[in-house]
Amino acid sequence: MSPDIVLRAEGVGKRFGGFTALSGVELEVRAGERLGLIGPNGSGKSTFTNCLAGAFPSHDGGFTFKGEKLAGLKSHERARRGLARTFQLPRPFRGLTVLENIRVPLAYGGRDDATAERAMECLESVELAAKAHRMPKELTQVELRRLELARATALKPELLIADEAMAGLSHAEVDQILALLFRLNAGGTTIIMIEHVMRAVTEFSQRLAVLVAGRKVADGDPREVLSMPEVEEAYLGR
Amino acid sequence: MSDTTIPAMPTLPAPRRTGHPAFWLASAAVALVSILALRGIGSEYAYFAATFILQYVVLATAWNILGGYAGYVNFGAAAFFAAGAYTTVAIGKALGLSLLPCIGFAALVGGVLGLGTGILTLRLRGAYFAIATLCLSVVLQTIVVNWDYVGGSRGAYVIRPREVPWPFESYSGYLCAVMVVLAAAAVAIARSIEKSRLGLGLAALRDDEAAAEAAGVPTLRLKLIATTISGAMMAVAGAPLPLLGSYVEPNSAFGLSYAVNAIAMPLIGGTGSWAGPLIGAVLLASLQQAATVTISSAANLMIVGVVLVVFVCAAPHGIIGLFRRQK
Repeated sequence: MSPDIVLRAEGVGKRFGGFTALSGVELEVRAGERLGLIGPNGSGKSTFTNCLAGAFPSHDGGFTFKGEKLAGLKSHERARRGLARTFQLPRPFRGLTVLENIRVPLAYGGRDDATAERAMECLESVELAAKAHRMPKELTQVELRRLELARATALKPELLIADEAMAGLSHAEVDQILALLFRLNAGGTTIIMIEHVMRAVTEFSQRLAVLVAGRKVADGDPREVLSMPEVEEAYLGR
Repeated sequence: MSDTTIPAMPTLPAPRRTGHPAFWLASAAVALVSILALRGIGSEYAYFAATFILQYVVLATAWNILGGYAGYVNFGAAAFFAAGAYTTVAIGKALGLSLLPCIGFAALVGGVLGLGTGILTLRLRGAYFAIATLCLSVVLQTIVVNWDYVGGSRGAYVIRPREVPWPFESYSGYLCAVMVVLAAAAVAIARSIEKSRLGLGLAALRDDEAAAEAAGVPTLRLKLIATTISGAMMAVAGAPLPLLGSYVEPNSAFGLSYAVNAIAMPLIGGTGSWAGPLIGAVLLASLQQAATVTISSAANLMIVGVVLVVFVCAAPHGIIGLFRRQK
């Protein structure tokens, strides 16, 4: 594997009973890259994320992350290797304060100092330090998204999968999250953005991959990919 | 793209916390004062009532490590409690050991039983886990009923040693002092877990197992640690039982009251904190002891039921939750 390839997906397939959610998906992601992964609802984006993060086992193929095969590794083992994810709907630890939410990946990720000071730094990076001792139920939707990102970045990931981190946010809030993702990427984190907000995807992505019905149908420069007939057809129909 | 910033708000100070050694010292001091106070009263009934209440403090605190901290509701508390009681019977009979080594063996048996339960129920959550633990209780009771060595369905008599350990004047006083120490240790262990890295991980998996895994928490390992510690402590709670009444039989050792109380006490006190099970156990067990003396022990479960319904409706986060809401 080329040294600048941080992630390689080879022939990844996943079935749920008789339904094929992913089929032969091939993907390479370079270190420091900003990749957009798009596709209509039900195209397999989240299944791909779950297979990559270890939430589901894939039936065919597999992933290689930093030269290491991920097959057989559990979610927490992948997280400890620097593969972080956010969830489509924010999933904070509701019984813990905002600060404690960040202390969890710091304490268990094993990739950073598990100190309260470091947790506060993580919160400061997403402008949540002022709410460190609040409960997640007191946060707004965009703050919950930021908390989700802070929890993922507290793992000091080399690859972050941002799964619809902007769903349901206003124009200004999308800009806030985009700014955060740009900052993370500038710090060296490779980011796969899975998103329906096309403005954000086109603004953020250096490269775009498109999944349709569990298959990758396009992969390349965002403008070229978005003008491809099969991509237009997938989104707009014939 | 605009780089919007959020107006700065004053950072709230973190709550002050007592360190682990200080809390253990405080627990030891409270235990010593309690032993001296009970010795001052010197009544056999006071010893019995205190032992009754304190065994529930240990049981409820132990249950809360898995049920409260990790969110895995165990309906089989009576199985672990009885496993401790019958370990005392079996080890006492086989090796002729005194209470303290029997408590050690009970912790070992309860821990292994807890670990086994955890391994067998790895993929179960919620109601399915609860039903599986209930089944454990039924299976274990059936084994004990058919095990003649420990008395089978007839039960077993356990004679208290004639020699009372120094400096106690009666065996009831000694038993009560042992229970005070066990209760203080159980509370200190629970508090240490709650404030530790383990407690943080358990709280994370209680709230969202998938998100906890994504944050690097080895949820399976933590669940097994919790089932083992909780199982060991529940068995420890039951270990002195045969010596408390000099007799133990399966129907009472595996009784519904232990399973119900082990759940009701933390729920009434509050499951999120070490103080919840302590408050719930002292409150409910005292009420039941008072009812046993003034009305009848038959009223005990009814009292638990009524109090539980009131709390579930009026204070779903228990007494601790009520205090936190008022702050």
